[in-house]
Formats: sequence, structure tokens, C-alpha cells
Amino acid sequence: MPNEITLPVLDSSGVEVVESHLHPKASYALDDHLAPTGKEEVWRFTPLSRIASLLDAKSAVGPLKWAWDNDGDLVDLTEFPDAPPDEPSSCHAGDSPSRHSARSRRIHLAGTTTATTFGPLTIADAKALGTQAPFDRVAAAAFNGATEGLSIDVPAGAVLDAPIVIKAVGENKPAYGRTHISLGAAASATIVFDYSGLADYAEYLDVTLAAGAKLAFVSIQDWQAGAVHGGQHSFEVGPGAELKSVTVTLGGDLVRLMETVRYAGEGGHAEMFGVYFADAGQHQEHRLFIDQNQPKTVSRVDYRGALQGDGAHTVWVGDVLIRRNAHGIDSYEANKNLILTDGARADSVPNLEIETGNIVGAGHSSTTGRFDEEQLFYLMSRGISELEARRLVVQGFFFDIIRRIGVPQVEEHLQDAVNAELTRAAEAEARTNTNEQRSV
Amino acid sequence: MADLLISGLHVEVETETGPKEILKGVDLAVHTGEIHAIMGPNGSGKSTLAYALAGHPKYHITAGSAKLDGVELTELKVDERAKAGLFLGMQYPVEVPGVSVANFLRTAKTALDGGVAPKVRTWPKEVNAALARLDLEAAFASRSVNDGFSGGEKKRHEIAQLELLNPKVAVLDEIDSGLDIDAVKVVAEGINRYAAQGDRGVLLITHYTRILRYTTPDFVHVFVDGRVVEEGGTELAERLEVEGYEKFVKAAA
Ligand SMILES: Nc1ncnc2c1ncn2[C@@H]1O[C@H](COP(=O)(O)OP(=O)(O)O)[C@@H](O)[C@H]1O
Ligand SMILES: [Mg+2]
Repeated sequence: MPNEITLPVLDSSGVEVVESHLHPKASYALDDHLAPTGKEEVWRFTPLSRIASLLDAKSAVGPLKWAWDNDGDLVDLTEFPDAPPDEPSSCHAGDSPSRHSARSRRIHLAGTTTATTFGPLTIADAKALGTQAPFDRVAAAAFNGATEGLSIDVPAGAVLDAPIVIKAVGENKPAYGRTHISLGAAASATIVFDYSGLADYAEYLDVTLAAGAKLAFVSIQDWQAGAVHGGQHSFEVGPGAELKSVTVTLGGDLVRLMETVRYAGEGGHAEMFGVYFADAGQHQEHRLFIDQNQPKTVSRVDYRGALQGDGAHTVWVGDVLIRRNAHGIDSYEANKNLILTDGARADSVPNLEIETGNIVGAGHSSTTGRFDEEQLFYLMSRGISELEARRLVVQGFFFDIIRRIGVPQVEEHLQDAVNAELTRAAEAEARTNTNEQRSV
Repeated sequence: MADLLISGLHVEVETETGPKEILKGVDLAVHTGEIHAIMGPNGSGKSTLAYALAGHPKYHITAGSAKLDGVELTELKVDERAKAGLFLGMQYPVEVPGVSVANFLRTAKTALDGGVAPKVRTWPKEVNAALARLDLEAAFASRSVNDGFSGGEKKRHEIAQLELLNPKVAVLDEIDSGLDIDAVKVVAEGINRYAAQGDRGVLLITHYTRILRYTTPDFVHVFVDGRVVEEGGTELAERLEVEGYEKFVKAAA
């Protein structure tokens, strides 16, 4: 028998490619990501005409209007001025200046003695940092075409008391983002990206957690009607590090996010939560890829969505790859959809690919259901109006996720947003009913 | 005043094979201060009567009327019937995940009081006291409505609601089923406290006579095949205890 050795195929981040449609091929080069035809498994749910502006790669596209919300005081991060003369690359003991451009801002956030750095991110910087390469054409277009990237670096050991909130506002034009967030060893932070306004936004956002780091990452897609947002949020979880990611998609015409997790050592934890609410005509697509590539790692995925109105369409894809070496991993993914009206459609596709049986657990569940008339009846039989009863049921549906966010201002915002969506729908329905009565 | 007057009530249920008539002309009058028991074999339509009174969307009233203090219930939406003073204690209370008992009770109380929220200072104490009377801990208020409750907890929670919301008339559907003997007592005492106000009405639907040892009805009705076939006092319940429903079922067939 010939003793052949097959060398593993590596992608441009040096990760072994498993031949499977579950496993997206990563590459920094735009040309490696062909424009989709719509027949590809990963594109078959997406209305390509509505995301065309993000697939047609351009160069030198500016960012959203970024601002760091420093307790109500908005600090612009869109352009980084040349280093101020009075503070030439100010370095504090313990800071590692070499990684950062002299144009970066170093800020001592509450609870820390070392500086968190906000700065630009060139393509060369991003590659040198060992980031994950773009997984699809939209992310590749953003990676290569963005003018000024953004890097946020929380130094090793820094435990931030308050969340870092980044307000990202679309200004009615195309925008590209090339963003990298890194948490040093044993650092701990909450970082919130709050997207609003109107934009065609292609995004590459990569996050690295070093050993023992803890990050709560929240991304809120609160776009105006008409906005288009696509691309990737990729996470690398270091040994013993803990990631909690919360993705909230409410607004926009189309949102299509690829969210990926891989591990850089044993014992990393990743909790991925999602809440989405699609109204008439909205397309919201969340594609998760959990690469269980290290032993004893844990992943939990729980996404919940509500849909109402004609043409509301949501897609949730949960791909989990358990590699041959990933002994002792534990993985569970769940997706639940609540369809509130006729004419809405939820697609939910969990996929598990298991290459080793030596694991603690791997499972998934996916349910899509209509509004439960029995729940409505029970609540209304206690005098609660139909609108209020619906609101309670939908709030209850999301509550299990919302209570786990752990960032009070985000929790409140979400409760309010869910209420507003339901009120709007009820008002629309009331209007239709009145019109119908009139036209009879 | 708490007068519930049901007359000539015909009800159909939606089934997979089309509508099916279940109630075939129910006449029943519950006057202020009275406790009535409805007893009947499984499948005779007792729950259908309860659901139809409360306005469950699957049950359609095709003829007849149900008036509570002169208000025609059959024309009202589910929540409006509750506001008119009707309460339905359900045989199978529905789980509402993610909605806490406290939130549910406050929302219901607010709705019944015309949108005026109960006092923050006194309401939680009232809730805790009502729960305690039914052997439910204060922590119960932070659990999701009926979600993961034991059979007994569900029924005791129904009676806690009865006491807190204090309607004019309570229709209690098999409130005693699935309870052990101690829990039956606790539930019966709750019903007695409610009835002891004197100006309320109770329609107690049950399959067994057991609960009637603790809550004494003024009137007993035997329900067979969608109608009341016999009426009497507590002696009728005692007879049923010994003889069962067979004689009535045969007579109705
Ligand atoms: N939702 C329903 N769908 C189909 N059949 C029903 C439904 N509800 C009640 N029924 C039928 O109506 C009859 C009476 O049921 P029910 O009112 O529950 O009786 P009871 O409470 O006296 O046991 C039974 O034959 C039952 O099968
Ligand atoms: Mg019954």
C-alpha cells in the first residue's frame, strides 16, 4: 500500500480548509471571492439585486461616521488627525506602542491604568495582526476598499468598568469598514457598535481575544429604512477566553451578516446571541459559522426572531464544524422564529459537521411557529387587551435572550424597540381595518 | 350584584372535519352570592361551556345568550368579558414563557382598573399575601406564567388570580383535577374566601365530588351531552358519588 501523505490545504490565514459547503474559504484577495450568481448554497436565500451595491467592489470608499460615545460626549473616530505636537506618541509604561500608528488616540478608560487605543487600521496592519481573512465578497470588498480602517485595542490586563459605545451613523452614501478589535490577555471589556442612519455599508470586522480575555460584544443594526448592510463579524477566541456576542437586527432594507468563531487554544467559550425583528419587506440574514477547531472549547448559539408584514424575510444559518482534533468540545445552537402575520417567511437551517466522536456534546434545535392563540386567549381572559397581550408574548419570547445581554442600556433599548415595532404593526392593522370598513 | 344568566346557549367547536355542535341549549342562572356546581362525565361539554362564556376563538356561539348583570357577554371580545366581571379558572392554564407572574398580574390589574396601575407601595404586598394564602412562595412571582409549574402550582396560581382580580363571577373549570388532597383544601379555602364576600357568584365545574366536601354548593347541576339534565342541592352530588353518571347518560341517549 503506498504510504501517501496528503498535505492539508490552507487558506490565507493558514487555517486548514475542510472540503465542505459549510466551510467558507477565507481570502484577503477580492478576486478569490467571485461575484455570486445566486445559485451558490451560501447565496441562495439572498435577494442579490438588493445587495448589488455591496458586491460591486469599489476602491477608496470612506467609513461610516464613527464616534466613540464618551459618556454623552461624542469623540470622532472617522479621521485620525496627525499626531498632536504636544503629545508625540505618548507612551505609558506597559503600553506597547509599536503596533499603533502615531495617529492613534490613547485613552485611559475608567478602571484601567493602561491606555486603550483607538486608531486607524491599514491593510498591512490588519494582515500583520494575524486577523481572519474575509469570508465573502462583501467583506473582501470592504477590507480592500476601505480608506481608513479602525482599530480598537484594549491592553492586556485592562478591566474596563463601562462599555465602549461606538455610534456608527450612515450618511446616505456607500461606506466601507475595515475594523479590528483586540483584547489583550486577561483584559475585560464590553463593546457596543450601534449602527443607524442610511447607508450601503460593506463591513469587515474582526475581533481577537487573547488568553483569558473576556469580551461582551454587541452589534445593533438600527438602520433607517432603505439601508443595506453586509459583511462579516469574525471572532477568534484565545485559550480560556470568553466571548459573549449579541447581534440585534431591527432596521434597514437588507442586513446580511456572516458571523464566525474560531479558537486560538483550548478551553475558549463563545456565546452567540441574536435578536431580530423583521417588518414588511425587510430581509435579515444571519449566517453563523462556528469552527470548533480546538479541544475543550464551548459554543452556544441562541438566535430569536419575530416577523410581521408582507415580504418580511429572515434567514438563520447555523453551521458548526467539529474538527478531528477538537476533543471534548461542547456545542449547542438554537434558533426560534415567531411569525406574527401572514406573508412573512423565516428560513432556519442548522448544520452540524462532526469529524470526531470524542466530544461532550453537540446539538441543535430550530423552531418556527405562528403566534399562539391560546396564550393570547389566556392573557385576554384576564382583561388584558389584544395589543398588550401580543406585546407581552413577544417580549416574553425575546426575554430569555435580552436578560442575558448584561448591558442595561442595551436591554432597555431593545425592550423599547420591540414595543415600538408591535405598536407600529397594530396601528397599521387598525388603519387597514378602518379602510376596509369604509370601502365596504 | 353578580347575576349570570345563561339561556338557550348553543355552541359549536371548530374541528378538523368542520364545526361540531357541543352545547345543545344550556339554561342556567347563577345569582348573586350563590355557588353552583356543574358535574358531568368526560366529554359532556363542561369545558366548552366555560370557554364559550369566556370567548375562546375556537368555540362559536350559534344561538342563545349569556348575560352578566344585564351585559350580553356573547357580543364582547375576550378582554371585554373580563372587564364586565367574568373570570375563567382554566382546566389547563396556558404557559407564557418570559412573562413573569408579577408582570402578568400587574398588567391584568391595570387593565381591569381602566388603565390605572395598582399602587407600587401596596400592590406587591397584596400579591405576596395572595400567593402565601395559596402556599406559594414570594419567589413564585418572578417565574414565567405557568411555565414549568407543577399541576398543583398552576391551579393555585389560578385561585391567587381569582382573589387578586376579584371578579363578579368566577367560572372554575376542573380546578380540583390533578391536585392532591392538601392542595384541594387550599384551593377550596381560596374559593370560600372569595365567595364569603357575599356579593359574588361561583360556577364550579367538576368531574368529582371531592372538592364539594370543602366548598359547599347551593345548587348542583348534572351536565350530559351538552345540556343540564338534572338540578338539585348537595344531595344530588351525594347521589352521583354513589351512583355515578351512568343513569343520566342512558336517559339522555
Ligand atoms: N377544540 C376541540 N376540537 C375538537 N373537539 C373538541 C374540542 N373541544 C371539545 N371538543 C369535543 O367536544 C366534546 C366536549 O368536550 P369538553 O367540553 O372538553 O368536555 P368536558 O369538559 O365535559 O370533558 C368532546 O367530545 C370533545 O372531544
Ligand atoms: Mg373539561
